[in-house]
Amino acid sequence: MQTTKTSNDQVALNDERIIQPVSRRKFLGYVGATSALLATAASCKKSSTNSTGVDLGSGDVGILNYAYALEQLEAAFYLQVVATPYSGISALEMEYMTDIRNHEVAHREFFKAAITAAAASSIIPSLEVNFSSIDFTSRTSVLGTAKAFEDLGVTAYNGAGQLISTTGNGPTYLGLAGKIVSVEARHAALIADLITPGTFANTVDANALDSARTPAQVLAIAGTYIKTQINASNLPS
Amino acid sequence: MNLQNIISEIEKVDPEVYDRLDTRRKAMKKFANLSGKVALASLPIAIGSMLQTAYGKSSSVTDLVTDTLNFALTLEYLEAAFYNKIAGSAGYLTASAADQAALTKIKNDENAHVAFLKGALGAAAVASPTFDLTGGKGSGTGPFAGYLASYAVQLAMAQTFEDTGVRAYKGQAPNLQSSRPYLTAALEIHSVEARHASHIRQMRRALDAAIPAGQKPLKPWITLNYSGIDYPPAQANINLSYAGEEVVSQAGVTITGIGGYSYITANAASESFDEPLTKAQVLTIVDPFIV
Repeated sequence: MQTTKTSNDQVALNDERIIQPVSRRKFLGYVGATSALLATAASCKKSSTNSTGVDLGSGDVGILNYAYALEQLEAAFYLQVVATPYSGISALEMEYMTDIRNHEVAHREFFKAAITAAAASSIIPSLEVNFSSIDFTSRTSVLGTAKAFEDLGVTAYNGAGQLISTTGNGPTYLGLAGKIVSVEARHAALIADLITPGTFANTVDANALDSARTPAQVLAIAGTYIKTQINASNLPS
Repeated sequence: MNLQNIISEIEKVDPEVYDRLDTRRKAMKKFANLSGKVALASLPIAIGSMLQTAYGKSSSVTDLVTDTLNFALTLEYLEAAFYNKIAGSAGYLTASAADQAALTKIKNDENAHVAFLKGALGAAAVASPTFDLTGGKGSGTGPFAGYLASYAVQLAMAQTFEDTGVRAYKGQAPNLQSSRPYLTAALEIHSVEARHASHIRQMRRALDAAIPAGQKPLKPWITLNYSGIDYPPAQANINLSYAGEEVVSQAGVTITGIGGYSYITANAASESFDEPLTKAQVLTIVDPFIV
């Protein structure tokens, strides 16, 4: 536990003085330098964003489509898991897989309904998944994939929060994302515990924070399992 | 990563950056102080604050953001105090080694959250209240008196604190939208609290103690407004932490049976979405624990 702090921290964190404005050229240059550094700091691999394929769109609707795409992936996965349970699945594990399937299908169908209501012409279609790398008969393969999907979902929602607008329906959408991400985190913890008991929060850093990923980072990982090409280039950043 | 590289990189595009940061020496001192106690995950916050110092742009720590972070800090103080207190207690020592390890992990996480928020707030951080973990507002004889001797009561309290924490952070997210780094950090704590809640609920299910008959089996997620806790001395207060969780409609969309899926029952619909609590609701819930 931290017991000391200096006045310098206070200056750094709370100083709101307006100093001379920065030229546009300089500002753009700085943005480039900093984003490169932040990418390095997060040790994130660079991912290209496709500008062809199914367009998630822009603004808040783009973010809703992004979430809808991820929920489609998760729902399709658990539908398969429940339809063809892995060998040796216990009654308790079957109960959990069924519950999670229900939740993910509910999330998918909710986004479908909500986006249709908000911007029917902008909703993305059903995506085609590619689960060829998953052995659905294997507990190790299924739970390993489940953990990857749930952790990915948590980081995706954590990273998307700041991309949602602060006006109009934005705060409502942020609230909805918040209602879903904690359920994904509950799933993630459970799946981790099923794989190795007691590892429910082993994803956290030294500050006990989970992490966040940008849409480009998330889609680069999810892309392995989605056959449909997705264009996230118009999402807010 | 060398923190000083960041400022050097900025200097390449803005040679006057040091002037903007008062002086190079001072700027470096700030970074040095920050780097000592702020780990990588909070760097976006630290950097945002430094740049705000330099450029007077975004990341401004408004009163609303400060108040919200202090509210979160107060809840983390409570959680940390609780896990610190039960560690090694008579009730705790009846738990399995694995369960004790889980409680230690959660204790460490909550203490780390306290340190993180204190670091982010700096001198604006509120001090820890004095807590009465019996829920007696300082009397020491509240409804949870005796919790130190009962592992089942400890887990019931832990579950309630974690689920309340999840709902509290969720309710505050919109208040942090003006500061993207703080919003993200709060979300990154929020999901950790949910991970804790999931695990504590698994521990309680295995213990099978103090779970009301009509609310079994206890799940890692919240079904309807079931607390899954049978503890008459404080039942009304515990129930406040679950009130409103039973909703089966989101943004005007009915979730029960959505898309024609009959297996999305009211139970599943309520489990699929965790609900927020307002600051006022949370303060009512934690009030008995604050002296």
